[in-house]
Amino acid sequence: MARVVVDVMLKPEILDPQGQAVQGALARLGFAGVTAVRQGKRFELELAGEASDQQLATAERAAQTLLANPVIEDYRVRVEG
Amino acid sequence: MRVGVVTFPGSLDDRDAVRAVALAGGEPVALWHADADLRGVEAVVLPGGFSYGDYLRCGAIARHAPVMGPLLKAAGAGLPVLGICNGFQVLCEARLLPGALIRNDRRRFVCRDQRLRVESSASAWTSAYEPGEEIVVPVKNGEGGYVADERTLDSLEAEGRVVLRYVGGNPNGSARDIAGVTDASGRVVGLMPHPEHAVDPLTGPSTDGLGFFASLLHRVAAA
Repeated sequence: MARVVVDVMLKPEILDPQGQAVQGALARLGFAGVTAVRQGKRFELELAGEASDQQLATAERAAQTLLANPVIEDYRVRVEG
Repeated sequence: MRVGVVTFPGSLDDRDAVRAVALAGGEPVALWHADADLRGVEAVVLPGGFSYGDYLRCGAIARHAPVMGPLLKAAGAGLPVLGICNGFQVLCEARLLPGALIRNDRRRFVCRDQRLRVESSASAWTSAYEPGEEIVVPVKNGEGGYVADERTLDSLEAEGRVVLRYVGGNPNGSARDIAGVTDASGRVVGLMPHPEHAVDPLTGPSTDGLGFFASLLHRVAAA
């Protein structure tokens, strides 16, 4: 078994109101010194067998096709473990 | 004219869209997200709502629904398609329209009657309006902020593909007050406001929305 992780983040130039709301809540709770928060998504894909190049390529395609919208998001595919 | 209205799991405004098509004189045809073909319709409306619960991203899963296969193919061959609210998000996810819709800058769901300016009457869905005409239809969204890179926005403006703009206050932080855009052919249009909710004085703030559905029928009659 192998686990492939896909991290998805809004591109830096895209407004992230969720991150702003979290930052506001942190400030109210007294967590000083947090100047910005960006919120992203993490997908964990469990693969049957070892992570081969072919399976990584499949995960890459899944990220591009569905998990991320490349118009507004960046993504990173990596094997965990 | 047979106009399909697609219902996805989680669609909300499909019934209103069906009614708007009928009031404009068209023949509404109910399409289901799992349909393998378009039942011979001559145009399609993708309605508002929360398809597939808006899981992942708004419209991201609906974009891959079975009915979208034949729809994308037909749109490429000139089928007129109107995406309203969630339907607009689906069209952007499907790359039939440029850009994307993100969470409202004000971090609130906005539901109000909205003044809009029709910027172009050159599209299949806005030909019943005069360019520059102002209309009032409801807007209701939480993720209606239109974004695209500057180059895309500039080319949309230069090519007259911004069909609709918010006036009297931008409800969601959309770039350049853009409320609706069209593809290069003028046949595929997406907008966040809801013209299907403004077709009857009993239930809407105006009947200004009827023109979107009437545009399509006029165009066919003239062809």
